[in-house]
Order: sequence, then C-alpha cells, then structure tokens
Amino acid sequence: MAAAETFYDVIRRQGITRRSFTKFCSLTAASLGFGSGAARAMAMALETKERVPVIWMHGLECTCCSESFIRSAHPLVKDVVLSMISLDYDDTIMAAAGHQAEAILEETKEKYKGKFVLAVEGNPPLNEDGMFCIDGGRPFVEKLKWMAEDAFAIIAWGTCASWGCVQAAKPNPTQATPIDKVILDKPIIKVPGCPPIAEVMTGVVTFITTFGKLPELDRQGRPKMFYSQRIHDKCYRRPHFDAGQFVEEWDDEGARKGYCLYRMGCKGPTTYNACSTVRWNGGVSFPIQSGHGCIGCSEDGFWDNGSFYDRLTNLHQFGIEANADKVGLTAAGIVGGAIAAHAAVSAVKRVASKREKAGA
Amino acid sequence: MTIHESIAADGEDAVQGQNVYVYEAPVRIWHWVNAFSILTLALTGYFIGSPLPSVPGEASANFLMGYIRFMHFAAGQVLAVFLILRLYWAFVGNVHARQIFYVPFWSGRFWKEWLHEVRWYTFLARQPKKYVGHNPLAQLAMLPMFTLPLFFMVITGFALYSEGAGRDSLEYALFGWVFSIWPNSQDIHTFHHLGMWVILVFVMVHIYVAVREDIMCRQSIISSMISGERLFKDRED
Repeated sequence: MAAAETFYDVIRRQGITRRSFTKFCSLTAASLGFGSGAARAMAMALETKERVPVIWMHGLECTCCSESFIRSAHPLVKDVVLSMISLDYDDTIMAAAGHQAEAILEETKEKYKGKFVLAVEGNPPLNEDGMFCIDGGRPFVEKLKWMAEDAFAIIAWGTCASWGCVQAAKPNPTQATPIDKVILDKPIIKVPGCPPIAEVMTGVVTFITTFGKLPELDRQGRPKMFYSQRIHDKCYRRPHFDAGQFVEEWDDEGARKGYCLYRMGCKGPTTYNACSTVRWNGGVSFPIQSGHGCIGCSEDGFWDNGSFYDRLTNLHQFGIEANADKVGLTAAGIVGGAIAAHAAVSAVKRVASKREKAGA
Repeated sequence: MTIHESIAADGEDAVQGQNVYVYEAPVRIWHWVNAFSILTLALTGYFIGSPLPSVPGEASANFLMGYIRFMHFAAGQVLAVFLILRLYWAFVGNVHARQIFYVPFWSGRFWKEWLHEVRWYTFLARQPKKYVGHNPLAQLAMLPMFTLPLFFMVITGFALYSEGAGRDSLEYALFGWVFSIWPNSQDIHTFHHLGMWVILVFVMVHIYVAVREDIMCRQSIISSMISGERLFKDRED
C-alpha cells in the first residue's frame, strides 16, 4: 500500500465525484456547527492528510450502534465514512472472518502505531476474568486493552461503552464496565445514546479522522457540539411546558393536541442529546414527535431509574417503589404523628403538674 | 450558656435583667426572609415536580409553568443571597449568630446538657434548663437537619438552574462540578426533591418545639425572633 494514500484518493477510487465530495464536506462542516471556511479546511485535510484507519470492536452490546450507523441518513455520509474513509476492521459487517480478520488488527497495530482510532461498541465484563465475553478466543477485555495500547484515541460508542447500559443494570452479574473505567491512559470520547444518532456518529468520526484531534468535550467526555444541550431545551413542545399544558393520559385531548409529555415521565429535561435538533431517520421524527416521552437513553443510569413513565424516579435505598414524594410524605407523616403524640403527653403532664402544685 | 451565667456576665441584676438580647437584627431579618423563601420554594418546587392540571387555550396565551418556575428561581436567588449574608454574620455577629453553624462536639458539658434536654423531651426530667440561645438538642439538630440541607439545596438548585442557563453560564462555571458527582441530572432532581422533604420535616419539628418551649419553659421563643429579646417569665429552676 502506498504510504501517502489520502482519504481523497480512496474516495475518488470508489467512484465518488468531486462534486459529491465537496458537498459532503459542506454538509459535515455545517452539522458540526462550523462556518463556511471549515468546509474548505475539511476538504483540504481529506485531500492531503494520510488516511486514518478506524478499528471498530464489539464487546457486550446489542449492535444497535452499528444498526444506527449504517442507516446514516444522507447517502453521501454513509458512502464516504462507511465504505471509503477508514473502517478497516469491524467484525460484524466486514467480509473477512476468523484469522484473516484478526490479522488486520496486528497489521494496523504495527503500521499505524499511535495513529489509528479505536471505536468500541459495547463494554467489557470484568467478572470471572472477563469470561462473559469471549472474542477471537480470548476475553474481550484483553483484546480491548491490547488494541488500546497503540491507539491514538478511543471512541466509546453508545451508552454501553460510555456508561454501562442495561448489561450493567443492578446487580450487574457480569460486572460490565464502561470503557473509561478500563482504559485510563488514552483520550476517550463518549458518544452515548442507545443507539447514538447516525449523523452524530459519522460527524464524530469525520472530525477525528480529518482534524487528527478530538472535538471539544464536556465534563463527562461527550462532544460539546452534540451533547451540550438537553432535549428539553430545543424541544418543539417546549412552549406547552412553559404554558402549563401537559398530556395527562395517553390518548387524552392533550395528547391529540401535542402537549408536553413531562407528566408522562418524559426525561427530556435531564437528557443531553441532539434528538430534538438532528432528529432520526434523516430528520423525519424523534420519540417526542411521535407522542412518546424521552426515556433518557443517553444518560448514565437510565436503566436503573425505574419506570420510563414517572417524573419522580425511584430511590433504591427505600425499596423498589419509593420515590422522593413517597419517602418524604412517609417521613412527614411519622414526624407529624410523633409531634401530635408528644404534644398530647406534654399537655397531660402539664395539667398533672399544675394539679400537684395546686394540691401542695 | 445558661440564663444565670449570661445575666451574671452582662452584669445585670437578677430582678430587672430577665430580658436578654439574643438575636441581632440581621439574624431576625434573615430568619423571616428565609422562612418565606422556603415556603415559596417548597410550594413552587412541588408544582414543578408534579405540575397542575393543564390550562386551556393556546400555548402562546399561557405561561403558568413559566411563572411557577420564575417564582422558584427568584425565591432561590433570594434565599442564596441571604444565606451568604447570614454566613457573613456568623463571623461578625454575636455568639448566638454562630450556633447553627457548628456543634461543640468535644465539649463534655455540651453533651451533659444535651442529655438533660433529651430527658426533658422524653418527660424524664421534671424541670427544663433555660438557655439564652438554642438549647444543646436544638443546636445538634440545626446543623444536619437545616443548615447543611440549606447549603445542599442552594448548590444542587444552582446546578439544576445551570442546565437551562447553558454550559457557558456563570451558574455552570460555579456549580457544574455537581454533575461530576452525579452525571445524570435526574438523580440531582431526585435529591433536590428529597432535600425539600428534609427541610419540611425540620420546619414541622421547629414550629412545634418553638411553641411548646414558649408555653412549657416559661420563656419567650417566638416573640424573640421578632424583638430579638428573650424574656424569662420566672425562675423556677
């Protein structure tokens, strides 16, 4: 392979016209929130920079991230990123199998030491020395650490890799552990969501491979461009929230009128994601637009927080079905009862001591 | 300090000197501003968690939830500012202004008097001791049940406010670290909600005990928070 092969070379070899290529650059620059100059910079980078391979590995997961990714709405995005740019290894969708496939990992480690991007879908289970997820004849956690050694950066795809997700639900028998608790010495970018939005995924890959650095991350390690606002902040039903107009039951008048789903347990106010702006399936819709509240799938612990349909979520410390109001009311009731009893005894004592005095 | 020591220290004679100036004006003003802020915050906060039934009409013609949230935020800002002033006054005010911020954990005498208070409230002691400020049991309850929850509510409250104010806001710069402890703000909502109940339970006990002491201990408690003076009605102890 020619050492100087660029993204652009590969793209043209795949039969993509220059016109389509520049369109892709403009689109991606726009979706990442850059100005018009960035499209040019992106085109320049893709034309001159050496191709950065992406290695995509699968731990404990459900493949919904891959399913989302291959449905990236804009065909250009799909073609460029998936077929051309860089996906050198993805055991779920690649043609090669067995030793032939594993050989690519060795090769990439050697040839692109410190340069390739490791994208991880799912997470490693640590219990029983990682025996709950065997990949290529060895525990996935070993394969992950082995590949991470020489990676430039790691993308943690989805809520599994970012936070743990349903396989880490209490009591977490396999001890499924998010990537950033296992790999401690590499930059990690979290792209949570179950799955993440396809355009968000392609946007993140394109940014890292073209600019050779991670985008700006927030406190939780998520790219700010997609995760700095809540669903609630950009929700088209927000005016109904502020007005105090809520769906109170499925299929009531409010539901037909498209009122806010807050009272139906919508987690939009506590969920950081781009669903209400980028939306899904090519911008067709997103859960709230379809009349169902957000379940907060890109948030840490969403799988353990009780019903998707309750605004006040469960407190595990006080039993399975206890929320803040139930705990608080119970405490207030007990204390109120104690006060009443104490007041009654106080009154009796007082009368008794007065009689005593009067008698004496 | 008990009443006798205080009076002796002030050099007032026992007959005339039954009134002691306890709560300075800033403490009293803070008490009542705080009380009304908490009342507003608890009410509006409850309706933020469990909204009122839907209002009819166009969304553009209504702003009910918006006003409820505005009241909550405004009362929260007032409470926070007065809490900072109150903290300042703990340093420059008299000895009673400091009582709710610490517990004299290593003082043997404190625990002895505390035990007497427990005995008094469980009807085991026949006579109460009189204190110029808070009694030891009250002082022990104030810190974990009231002062610390207040700070917790201010900190988590501003952290939650920063979610709407945005990642570039002053609130996020000051209180964003809360999200490092609990990455999912749903948990912070839950704890903030639970904090309201802790404070409400405290308020119930606080009001009951204040009224009871006023009657049973023959000393002014309630009017002290208005005039600042503690009036001892007799000296049975």
